Amino acid sequence: MLKTFPKGGVHPPENKISAAAGIDVLPLPEQVTIPISQHLGAPAEPAVAKGDTVKAGQIIATSKGFVSANIHSSVSGKVFKVDKAVDASGYKKMSVIIKVEGDEWLDTIDTGNEHKKDITLNSEEIIRKCAENGIVGMGGATFPSHVKLSIPPGKHCDVLIINGVECEPYLTSDHRLMLERTGELVTGISILMKALKVERAMIGIENNKTDAIERLREFTSGIDGISVHALKVKYPQGGEKQLIKALIKREVPSGGLPVDVGTVVHNVGTAYAVYEAVQLNKPLVERVVTVTGKELEKPVNVLARIGTPVSNLIEFAGGLPDNTAKIVNGGPMMGKALANLSVPVTKGTSGLIVFREEEARRKETGPCIRCGKCITACAMGLEPYLLMSLTEKGMHERSEKEKIMDCMECGSCSYICPANRPLLDYIRLGKATVGKMIKERKQK
Amino acid sequence: MNKLLTVSPSPHEYSKESTPKLMYGVVIALAPALLATIWFFGWAALLVTSVSVISCVIFEYLIQKFILKKEPSIKDGSAIVTGLLLAFCLPTNLPLGLVILGSLVAIGVGKMTFGGLGNNPFNPALVGRVFLFLSFPVQMTTWPVPKGFNTSFSDAITGATPLSVLNENYEKMPVDQIMNDPELSMPGYSKLFWGEMGGSLGEIAAFALILGLAYMLIRKIITWHIPVSILLTVAVFTGILWLANPEANADPLYHLMTGGLLLGAIYMATDYVSSPMSKKGMIIYGVGIGIITVLIRRFGAYPEGVQFAILIMNAFTPLINNYIKPSRFGEEVKNG
Repeated sequence: MLKTFPKGGVHPPENKISAAAGIDVLPLPEQVTIPISQHLGAPAEPAVAKGDTVKAGQIIATSKGFVSANIHSSVSGKVFKVDKAVDASGYKKMSVIIKVEGDEWLDTIDTGNEHKKDITLNSEEIIRKCAENGIVGMGGATFPSHVKLSIPPGKHCDVLIINGVECEPYLTSDHRLMLERTGELVTGISILMKALKVERAMIGIENNKTDAIERLREFTSGIDGISVHALKVKYPQGGEKQLIKALIKREVPSGGLPVDVGTVVHNVGTAYAVYEAVQLNKPLVERVVTVTGKELEKPVNVLARIGTPVSNLIEFAGGLPDNTAKIVNGGPMMGKALANLSVPVTKGTSGLIVFREEEARRKETGPCIRCGKCITACAMGLEPYLLMSLTEKGMHERSEKEKIMDCMECGSCSYICPANRPLLDYIRLGKATVGKMIKERKQK
Repeated sequence: MNKLLTVSPSPHEYSKESTPKLMYGVVIALAPALLATIWFFGWAALLVTSVSVISCVIFEYLIQKFILKKEPSIKDGSAIVTGLLLAFCLPTNLPLGLVILGSLVAIGVGKMTFGGLGNNPFNPALVGRVFLFLSFPVQMTTWPVPKGFNTSFSDAITGATPLSVLNENYEKMPVDQIMNDPELSMPGYSKLFWGEMGGSLGEIAAFALILGLAYMLIRKIITWHIPVSILLTVAVFTGILWLANPEANADPLYHLMTGGLLLGAIYMATDYVSSPMSKKGMIIYGVGIGIITVLIRRFGAYPEGVQFAILIMNAFTPLINNYIKPSRFGEEVKNG
């Protein structure tokens, strides 16, 4: 029996169209737009000004505070301006816009392709390297990695979990990375183990990626402490709490963090970025992005520099099909729809999905027939129908008691609802209000 | 690349499930039972069913259009399900006027007064059926003997249901004797299974109802929780009574296969709107229905109690939904 999380979950069509497409290196764009806030936490502070010449890998905005991350230039060239520009969220964010000239990297960065296996740094040095090089969680949440690696006093971590689940339909960037950068990824995992001072690491991969499971088993066979686990295909298994439950049967308490149950979860993309940061001294300036869609001429996985306009990636995949109606940044379950194709690829961009007209529209909403399918689907054991109706009625105190803040917005309830009710839309609204209420209460 | 793009919050992927698909799924699940009942009771069964379904749909349309003044939603298929279920708990020789009246009460009182689909606290078909049962007890408890296509609509020969025979004779003789008395002609297990017995239209053929259950479980229209907890409770409760005094009680299997129990447990109690939404709640609700059914059947005035049991537990559904919560993730920390 394959491992999985016991409560809730749905199984949307997998649509991993680009699974066989090897990682292509995207040609350099003419100009990059690098937002100074690509992570959870405080935005970084710009360290360059208009007219400055920068090299690839150079810091252009410095981390402000512990929960924040450095931002580096992904290209060499001249700073065109430091100004607000629309990012994938649809809001204008302070960004550094650089005109690309050549491709010159900082001398301190090893740009060779050689796999460097020997880990010479100690735990503190590794964590510092991650912080210096702007490493953030690459599964989508973009939480600064050095924060996750610094175990708070009084807490203890005994196992590292590596998230290779990629439970979102369509996305294949982690899959390709596991297949094509296996050695470096395994070194990255060893580095993370050293940073956390743990003896054990478990890699969880859904069973629709058997080639990646086999390849990682082959590469980790001689290494003590690292094990690879095939998981049953079920969304949202890539959710941290679900993956922990599936692999080590521990349940992160409501409102708690993985470290409360002695574990830390890192995405495979992050582990690879950590390898580059620690072994090659290379900051996080590029990432693998899946560009896919049913009508797309050539679905691809590309290695793109941070700041590259989304339109360049779509051109590379054959251009926009005529019947395109929606473009999603991220997976179809949790990703954000883009309004504008000039927005840049950021550290959290795992994929771009091009939807056709008929896939883009929501269906007409009907009355709730109380079928309870949303309750069955909820991996957090919540009652989405109730949270929606409480929010509609403005009964936020009750929503809080019904654990609305535990919702991770995975979208399973809206996905499964036979009456097409906008459950998650209302829950988001409710969460925002309840979140504000909690904040105000704390200030008093 | 200057296209206008649709921007909407996630998720961007939706399942193919829809309310009409679920409703028509129930209709498909009821088809074997309909065919079986036509086989045993002839065209009269089809006539009663058609009249019931058509009048339910028409009443829903008229009430929505002219009284509630909103867009009629008859396409969702829920009125068809109500019509079918109402017909299934009527005798085939019921005057058609009463069938129409029952449909009006089911849709008008049972469903539309509360605001239509999704808001009715009680199963509408059962509201219609119980209204007819209490208002026209004679017509509602006169069942034709199943004679296949030879059963004429105004057939004078009427037979009782196995449960009513049992109910009338519990005091007179031991159950063994009731079962074997040639005059009472109680059907055996095989007749119960295939449906050759007196009874309401849709409750006779156990195999057809179970076939429909299998379909609904595979299509994930319902989960096992409600039907299994009802049937298990009835089996356990009647089993205890039977073991304690086999002379005065029918065995559990006989209870499971007679009357409206299967029809009620599989199709009526599982009505989405009037049943609890969490798995734990469903089990509590099912156990409640099972207990009340046996209490009425064995100790009450009526030979059959499943419809009342469901309606009573329907009334508890909001309470169950309110107090029985699914176990939240991370609520009890169990670390292994």
